[in-house]
Amino acid sequence: MDKTKKPLPSIVWPLAALGLILLFNLIFTDGFFSITIKNGHLFGSLIDILKRCSPTMIMAVAMTYVIATSGIDISIGSILAISGSVAALLVWGGNTSYLSAGADVQPAALFFIIVVPLLVSMVLGAFNGLMVSVVGLQPFIATLILMVAGRGMAQLLTGGKVLNFSHKGFEFVGRGYLLGIPFPFIIAVLVIALAALLTKLTPMGLYIQAVGGNKTASHYSGINTRMVIFLVYIFSGFCAGIAGLILTSDITGADAGFMGLYMELDAILAVVIGGTAMSGGKYNLKGTIVGVLIIQSLTTTILTRGVPPEYTLLVKAVVVLAVLIIQSKRTSDFIEKTTAKVSKAGAA
Amino acid sequence: MSDNLLEAIGVSKSFPGVKALSNVNLQLGRGEIHGLMGENGAGKSTLIKAITGVYPRDNGQILLDGVEIHPTSPLDAEALGISTVFQEVNLLNNLSVAENLAIGRQPTKKTGTLDWKKMNEDARRILQKFEIDIDVTELLGNYSIAIQQMVAIARALELDSKLLILDEPTSSLNLDEVEKLFKQMRRLKEEGHSIIFVTHFLDQVFEITDKITVLRNGEYVGLFNTADMTKMDLVSKLMGKEIDELHEFEKLSKEQKHKEHQEVLLETEKLGKNGYMAPIDIDIAKGDIVGLGGLLGSGRTEIAKMLFGLVHTDNGGLKIKGIHSKIRSPKQALMNQLALCPEDRKEESIIPDLSVKENIILALQVKQGWFKPLSAKKKEEIAQKYIDLLNIKTPSSEQAIKNLSGGNQQKVIVARWLATNPNVLIVDEPTRGIDVGAKTEIQKLLLKLSGEGMGVLFISSEIEEVVRCSNKVYILQDRKVVNELHDDQINEQQIMHAIAAKGDS
Ligand SMILES: Nc1ncnc2c1ncn2[C@@H]1O[C@H](COP(=O)(O)OP(=O)(O)OP(=O)(O)O)[C@@H](O)[C@H]1O
Ligand SMILES: [Mg+2]
Repeated sequence: MDKTKKPLPSIVWPLAALGLILLFNLIFTDGFFSITIKNGHLFGSLIDILKRCSPTMIMAVAMTYVIATSGIDISIGSILAISGSVAALLVWGGNTSYLSAGADVQPAALFFIIVVPLLVSMVLGAFNGLMVSVVGLQPFIATLILMVAGRGMAQLLTGGKVLNFSHKGFEFVGRGYLLGIPFPFIIAVLVIALAALLTKLTPMGLYIQAVGGNKTASHYSGINTRMVIFLVYIFSGFCAGIAGLILTSDITGADAGFMGLYMELDAILAVVIGGTAMSGGKYNLKGTIVGVLIIQSLTTTILTRGVPPEYTLLVKAVVVLAVLIIQSKRTSDFIEKTTAKVSKAGAA
Repeated sequence: MSDNLLEAIGVSKSFPGVKALSNVNLQLGRGEIHGLMGENGAGKSTLIKAITGVYPRDNGQILLDGVEIHPTSPLDAEALGISTVFQEVNLLNNLSVAENLAIGRQPTKKTGTLDWKKMNEDARRILQKFEIDIDVTELLGNYSIAIQQMVAIARALELDSKLLILDEPTSSLNLDEVEKLFKQMRRLKEEGHSIIFVTHFLDQVFEITDKITVLRNGEYVGLFNTADMTKMDLVSKLMGKEIDELHEFEKLSKEQKHKEHQEVLLETEKLGKNGYMAPIDIDIAKGDIVGLGGLLGSGRTEIAKMLFGLVHTDNGGLKIKGIHSKIRSPKQALMNQLALCPEDRKEESIIPDLSVKENIILALQVKQGWFKPLSAKKKEEIAQKYIDLLNIKTPSSEQAIKNLSGGNQQKVIVARWLATNPNVLIVDEPTRGIDVGAKTEIQKLLLKLSGEGMGVLFISSEIEEVVRCSNKVYILQDRKVVNELHDDQINEQQIMHAIAAKGDS
């Protein structure tokens, strides 16, 4: 017996889960795979999945790096709400008394509607980064501060109201199509490309994994561990800001109380399903992307199957749990041990 | 009852890309101290893990008292009467010493709550056997690796198992502590317990063991009576070839030692930190190998940490090539052409999930800076260079470092710092856990590099090693430099004498 065992690449399990969900739809959901063109735009369930998953995808990419440094950022839902609220406010020209009849509205330039919310989000991310890297708070606690306070801030910004608007230019962000493809998905692809570039063309990817794997050793090796952690949280804030722009633009309004609520959980789930360990170290960006697709196609499937919405969360939880159990180390150890025993018994 | 307490017959174990054990045997008699020997990556730790149920074995039988056993975890093995101290001590640094000693058998009061008082008393009593007098309520992580290792050993001994397995327990211990350990091992032996003992120190094997099993490349070489063997026999069994390396080495080191006056690369001026290290004045010149001699806790590692910017000094300063420099972080140290290969492999060096390649190039990449990433090709070149140079045993440069044997991990870390190509290389216990052959290779390499102009600060608790390599030795006592020995004064007796000497001021 000279052969040595080959391990399966870790992406196999999430891909298989995604495949199963798609297969289920291929068999049971009519027209799930059909894609039509209307007014030069692509339409269909698959396209819908790609469009809807974009905000989560963008945040999950950043979350992958945060988790790889053995951190977590649970404030992104609230940062998203702040970003959206600031954007909506700017569309209203900063005029919070917009409901008073006849108020003269002068929207800010599109450039500012986009850039200011992103800057605000990055500042908030920087705050998280400082709390974690310099003050030394536990990431969960550090970002819990903004998770709670951030939503309050968003509600203050919008005066506790749902801030609806109409603005042709800004609406393109969440509702537009480019070359037939939903624009949010194009943004998501761009963010993924940006992240991949930053982590591959600079040593950032290496440093993130080093810091998450052994912070002391990284420090001894000369890595500025605080800076790495700080930058990762800024990026997380930035991504939450983009997601906020997309969602606000898509629903042409900012609902500070509910926008992005619990979305941090979807992002975290996607990362974990994708095979990045919560304990930090090695990350798996491709896995995260598949993880987001799993979560979204599951949601879409449940909706198109007409399952009562009360069950959505439950079904989602069951599938996610199944993927996680299959992936866990204990399961793979168990499989290894039993196969070893079985082959032993077979040999005897 | 069978003659042997433990018997392993034809045990095999593979990992992806590695055949760690093939058809290995082990026969362990009752009341016997058994040396398990082999080069780095020979399969010693893997055999121990197969015996104790850390991994399932692929093939073969393991018999305890003549009955086949299939432990599924070390805890399971403990229940069968096998207690183990693993190479990578797996105690909990964030618990107190006493808690660590009590894990799994905490004393409780009648009410069912934990009896802290008794737990701490027990801990003191257990450590007393090794004459260790420390605050047992302090976190384990705050103590030196030597203490941590002793705590792990004390814990295993206390279980009073019929079989005790010690995987390189002496790698961080100095001579005194080794003697204390051996005293306990002899006591256990007299009481009829058996011990499997792994070490790379030949002297220790010949002092304590009755029999020796040798592994090479995952294969069983043989079982030998210690008394029938010479050191040379054992070394050739370990390496699989007849060698006269040690003698060859003696010549090499002596020739290299005499050097004329050279440029000073690093010089300290009253560098110190209150309550940490008294002000020191040391210098390292081109081509120097400067040794530090002293007992555990005498300040050797502290000097390394001050020089490398890991500890912020509050007194004096240092000069690099004659220029006053401030070193406040490892990054600055790197930029000043320093390198420090740290003492604690697990805590301060390895990034477990990253590959051998990534671990090797890490510090070099940091030195290059954010905007000069090493190309994939360059990384692979450097990794391969050191894998060959240091003979690192790994299926590929992509293997996660955590999957390498302890000694091979250590070589990767040495490679990380060599790769930065420093002017001054500080090495703190660089050969810890490294086998006899590789140890000689690393010492030769340091001599060669110093011959090419590198300055080396060499810290080792093995005096022999310091004597072989250094042309200057600073003697430390109680965090003070108390003496300095040069070329011909450097021998074991002189150093021992200087370390023990009472200060005359
Ligand atoms: N978990 C693992 N995954 C893959 N390979 C492994 C694993 N554990 C050990 N190996 C490989 O098995 C071989 C034997 O390793 P082992 O740790 O038993 O060596 P060792 O004799 O204890 O060496 P050392 O003296 O360096 O501690 C090595 O080549 C190592 O790389
Ligand atoms: Mg080992």
